[in-house]
Amino acid sequence: MNGAHDLGGAMGFGPVEPEPEDVRFHADWEPLVLALTLAAARPGGWSIDESRHARESLPPPVYLTLTYYEIWLAATEKLLVTHGLVGADELDAGRPLRPRADAPAALDADAAARVLATGAPTERDDTGPPRFAPGDRVRARVMHPRGHTRLPRYVRGRCGTVETHRGTHVLPDARAHGHGECPEPLYTVVFTGPELWGPDADPTTTVSVDAWESYLEPA
Amino acid sequence: MSGELRPVDARVRALESILVEKGYVDPAALDEIVETYQHRVGPRNGAHVVARSWTDPDFAARLADDATAAVAELGYGGRGGEHLAAVFNSPGEHHLVVCTLCSCYPWPVLGLPPVWYKSPAYRSRAVLDPRGVLADFGTVLDDDVAIRVHDSTSELRYLVVPQRPAGTDGWSADELAAIVSRDAMIGTRLVSA
Repeated sequence: MNGAHDLGGAMGFGPVEPEPEDVRFHADWEPLVLALTLAAARPGGWSIDESRHARESLPPPVYLTLTYYEIWLAATEKLLVTHGLVGADELDAGRPLRPRADAPAALDADAAARVLATGAPTERDDTGPPRFAPGDRVRARVMHPRGHTRLPRYVRGRCGTVETHRGTHVLPDARAHGHGECPEPLYTVVFTGPELWGPDADPTTTVSVDAWESYLEPA
Repeated sequence: MSGELRPVDARVRALESILVEKGYVDPAALDEIVETYQHRVGPRNGAHVVARSWTDPDFAARLADDATAAVAELGYGGRGGEHLAAVFNSPGEHHLVVCTLCSCYPWPVLGLPPVWYKSPAYRSRAVLDPRGVLADFGTVLDDDVAIRVHDSTSELRYLVVPQRPAGTDGWSADELAAIVSRDAMIGTRLVSA
């Protein structure tokens, strides 16, 4: 979706402000939001794609004014409500008003450690020969899906060169909405600065994205 | 709920108590997650990977070929690093990593991303004006050095391997790892001896 999260090429956000490497969090509640978000995904049953969509579908003024972990908190609350684990009335009350819903058991400490150590790989068996090969010229499709997608707006309609075939991966556009994994070949596609940004762009700059096959057409 | 808490603190504590009381989360699991990312997983892992690649050409070749497997040799992997790619700076090309859509980042080797990496300022401008972003870090490249920006749009996460600085011949891997900063492994800074 064309949400406020799709920031590539936007202007007016000011300079980047570096910070020391040893800073992990900026408030005591931030690590707790991180932990609650990761832990709730197990009884909740949602994928990382659905989590991302819950964040990016916050209204733009909300998305752009919340801090990063406030966005996580808002999205986790939204997922808990839409999946029926927690009621909006319970969030308002700040305490449980009903017994737990039917859901998988909570992660214990050992299971949490295993989840962090293994993650959730997205590569799948090939579904057929890839349509594109390194060196092919491709165009990122002009598309504006209302649901989740990982094709940034700034490359849509732009031509680039396939650099690498990265194997076959779960399609976020499908999994974010409970439509299964629908794995597709994934490619690294390189665009020149002038192709993306016009004749004033720095000609020594290139930008690549990792694009699923259905995001691309021959150029 | 304590009246001293700011509203967001109160919301988070309330959510925690709801989830714990309903049995959806185990407090010991929360502690495990926080402990992992506060103290165990961070950019020193990545610095170890880089230093090894500088001192062991065979490892560097494996890192270039299959970074996920090479990093696993050193004991690192897992969430946010299921699929890794290493990109190597050279005299003619500099790599810079961004996630314009969210905050994708190679957690097992760099830990959690810094605030600036997740900020609209970085995510918007890294693809449009990478030299300007580098200048925000005080990093100036020669005009003829090409910049390759990697927008992390999939679950493939990128680690920049900086150039080994001159004057480090004979240094041990530990000494080398000590000079490799997190920012250098994102590509916003260079490494100097």
